[in-house]
Amino acid sequence: MSEKFTNAGHSHSKIDSIALACGNEKYTDDFMTDTPLHIAFLYSDIANGIISSIDYKAAEQADGVKLILYHGNTPDTLHTTAGQGYPEPSPYDCRMFDKKVRFVGDRIAAVVADTYKQAEAALKLIKVEIEQLPALFDIEKAIDAGSPVIHSDDEYPAIPVTYKPEENIAAEIVTGFGDLEKGFKQADLIIDETYSMQYASHCATEPHAVSVHFDERGRLVIITATQVPYHVRRIVSIVCGIEIKNIRVIKPRVGGGFGGKQEVFLEQVAALAAWRLKRSIKIVLSRKEVFISARTRHAMRSRIKMGVQKDGTITALDVDDLMNAGAYAPHALTVLSNAGAKVLPLFNKIENLRFSGRSVYTNLPVGGAYRGYGATQGYFALNQHIDEAARYCGEDFCEYVKKRHIKSGETSRVFEALGEGKEGVRQFIKSCGLTECIDRGAKAIEWEKLRGKKLRNGNRIRGVGAAVAMQGSGIPEIDMASCHIKMNEDGSFNLNTGATDIGTGSDTILAQIAAEALKTDYSKMIVLSSDTDTTPFDTGAYASSTTYITGNAVKQCALKVYDLILKAASEMLGADKNELKVEDSKVSSRDGRTVEYGEICAFRLYTSGQLQIQASSSFVAHESPPPFTAQFADLEVDIETGEIILNRIAAAVDCGHPLNPLLAEGQVEGAVLNGISYALTEDYIFNSNGRMTNPDLGRYKIFNTVDTPEIITILADTYEDTGPYGAKSVGEIALNGPAPAIANAVYDAVGIRLRHTPFTPEKVWKLLNEQ
Amino acid sequence: MNNLLIVNYVINGKDVVFTINPKDSLLKVLRDNGYTEVHNGCQTGDCGACVVILNGRTVNSCMVLAASAKDGEILTVKALGDIHNPHPIQRAFAESGAVQCGFCTPGQILSTYALLLENHDPDEKDIRRALDGNICRCTGYVKILEAVKLAGRLMKEAEHV
Ligand code: FES
Ligand code: FES
Repeated sequence: MSEKFTNAGHSHSKIDSIALACGNEKYTDDFMTDTPLHIAFLYSDIANGIISSIDYKAAEQADGVKLILYHGNTPDTLHTTAGQGYPEPSPYDCRMFDKKVRFVGDRIAAVVADTYKQAEAALKLIKVEIEQLPALFDIEKAIDAGSPVIHSDDEYPAIPVTYKPEENIAAEIVTGFGDLEKGFKQADLIIDETYSMQYASHCATEPHAVSVHFDERGRLVIITATQVPYHVRRIVSIVCGIEIKNIRVIKPRVGGGFGGKQEVFLEQVAALAAWRLKRSIKIVLSRKEVFISARTRHAMRSRIKMGVQKDGTITALDVDDLMNAGAYAPHALTVLSNAGAKVLPLFNKIENLRFSGRSVYTNLPVGGAYRGYGATQGYFALNQHIDEAARYCGEDFCEYVKKRHIKSGETSRVFEALGEGKEGVRQFIKSCGLTECIDRGAKAIEWEKLRGKKLRNGNRIRGVGAAVAMQGSGIPEIDMASCHIKMNEDGSFNLNTGATDIGTGSDTILAQIAAEALKTDYSKMIVLSSDTDTTPFDTGAYASSTTYITGNAVKQCALKVYDLILKAASEMLGADKNELKVEDSKVSSRDGRTVEYGEICAFRLYTSGQLQIQASSSFVAHESPPPFTAQFADLEVDIETGEIILNRIAAAVDCGHPLNPLLAEGQVEGAVLNGISYALTEDYIFNSNGRMTNPDLGRYKIFNTVDTPEIITILADTYEDTGPYGAKSVGEIALNGPAPAIANAVYDAVGIRLRHTPFTPEKVWKLLNEQ
Repeated sequence: MNNLLIVNYVINGKDVVFTINPKDSLLKVLRDNGYTEVHNGCQTGDCGACVVILNGRTVNSCMVLAASAKDGEILTVKALGDIHNPHPIQRAFAESGAVQCGFCTPGQILSTYALLLENHDPDEKDIRRALDGNICRCTGYVKILEAVKLAGRLMKEAEHV
């Protein structure tokens, strides 16, 4: 496919990578503003309570202290910290500071001082009395009648959705079609099991940071490690009461996000302090603060009841999810709906289906957006059910799935029934490479040779398992992206876009798309991304949207510019537009005369029909073509210790025509490894008071080079007609495979079902010994 | 505040004199003095984003007291090469796709540098062991391992000319 194109489909290193490798690029904390003030937060060590008094007199007098912020002197605007389209689908249930604390890590106050050390020292002088209330840590108990209510202060949803804070329910969804009862009656076997996944931290290597200063004219400049600069500007404006025109948000290099930086919870505090003191402010969270006070992956309990016939037909599927929103509910509705919306269309022949789910408030850390966004939790459960169904009817997992997964030209009723917290958008699948993914992945992992063989090596027994998944490409009919392109007289172009490269390589991909449309080389593009003063609106880097949605905006925009170039060239060459040939930044007429892009731009700037060759475009998607993946785990289980030794994992992904295979592979590999360590080791260990006891990268275990198994990445060869040069998304999908593939492989090896992550040796050992 | 120390270092080949608080980590002192290419990912010695080379050995600068490193010779990633003339390791990381968000990259590159100085031809195991203190959340390490191998080859070639 890539032969047709000169840019799209070619591997290039990221345009910022050499500067990053040389240590030249700047992250938020690297900007040196004139002597900023620093902020330290006072966090609650009580999981649920009412602040009865705060005495901060002594702290106020302490060395270097400039200001203390708490609920008594800050705006009490209810809002959500979720960086989503406006009005957000997440309830307005939090204040900058509140009279109530709702989890260990909730913020009570902020001290602003000359140095961080002074601010930190002053925290100890603040005397807080908290009237402790019974705390809720268990999602099942939280919805019991008579449980204490966590939110009872006018919290409200910004859009019309089910919200029942009086029952600790932050979101609720029930949807479906067909007749479940009839479906279950037709079944020969009913598989009814409950699964759960745990809390997790994004662990972006750069902790959250924000740096605020005033420009020469007194406007507030917020440099911040964010995925959503435009949402930052809006939320800061609303919460702090500062006009939009006085706020400029700049996103510099960002050290990873994975959803964690789709959240706006530091910027408003820094902005308010700066605005009041008319001073620069800096906040850089410690790793511990990231763990305890930033956002997490929603822990979820999923019960699936599936009716299967002897021939493998699934007659009914009933999914009931209970999700832990934590103390506040950013993304509580949309992550929950995605656990159905991104999962259930995959097996689209099911006629009787119900998806019901509730997001529940508890007194634990706050859930949020996290790569995979509910689909990860949904696929963990579904793939094990599918493995069981295939085994029941005597079919190989791969063959079973190939026969029954959604194909090009097909649709699913789930698309319409369930969207981002509301009804969805009807769509037909145009490209689907899942069968190819299954075949190539199976071959790479030697499926035929290893499946069911239980090869033994001392205490270790080997098994292979598989899992399949899909995701989406942006949020249709909601999210919008835009860009601006202008031409320079050396034939280079400025591409300004609000799309937010957080290490994903989107600046590079977008340059490749623009260059393809402009028939030039991507190295001619000067990309500027994410500055609310100079780059146009983009919802931000989330929902796997940039390649598809911003990519389409860029393509449209570049084609407009291309048209202007042709017009000018036709005038210069005295030839009809349609007779011109364009190649490699040159336009030639039939008689062999040629003008170069640089000359064309100069002609328009200085000579005739004078104008700046430029264009802008906005794009809203009407569908969200899913990428697909099939993943395979090859592992051994040590039956003496319960340890899982992962030998290899193969991830085959259909992301449409990969615009930059090198970077697409990188997205897959990073997501796969995150999925592996989430399946095996990552966990929040809470004590009985709801305090996380392992908030550091020593005890919260993510994988290093030695832990990491061989990862085999395969990109399928498909082409999505609605995508820019055939592309679909690739950012999130690969995280959905490892946990179920590993669980299915463990079953293949030793016949135990691991339905609760993480798969620690203790858990495995216990199940082995219960057999 | 009253017992500040004056210390000398040689950083990236340049003599410098800093006034420091004896309690501060080398990471803090370096960053406060503009060496922001040394990154702060955890301050607990668990991530490797803050790796520098101190007197020939890689250290997590967040775990080293600045005072104890006085008179030391320190290399940050900027010692290796710059944007106009990058070091083969820096080129290899960029070309292999080993740089995503880039936050771990300076640390990865310095650990690679220390490895390759001793061993031009490391096998996969050597590489994994040498880089096991450098956490990367973006890449799954696949392309980082490839970058180190490529860097080894590039450095060998450069030696042969
Ligand atoms: S910042 Fe030093 S090891 Fe993480
Ligand atoms: S490239 Fe982002 S942490 Fe390594």
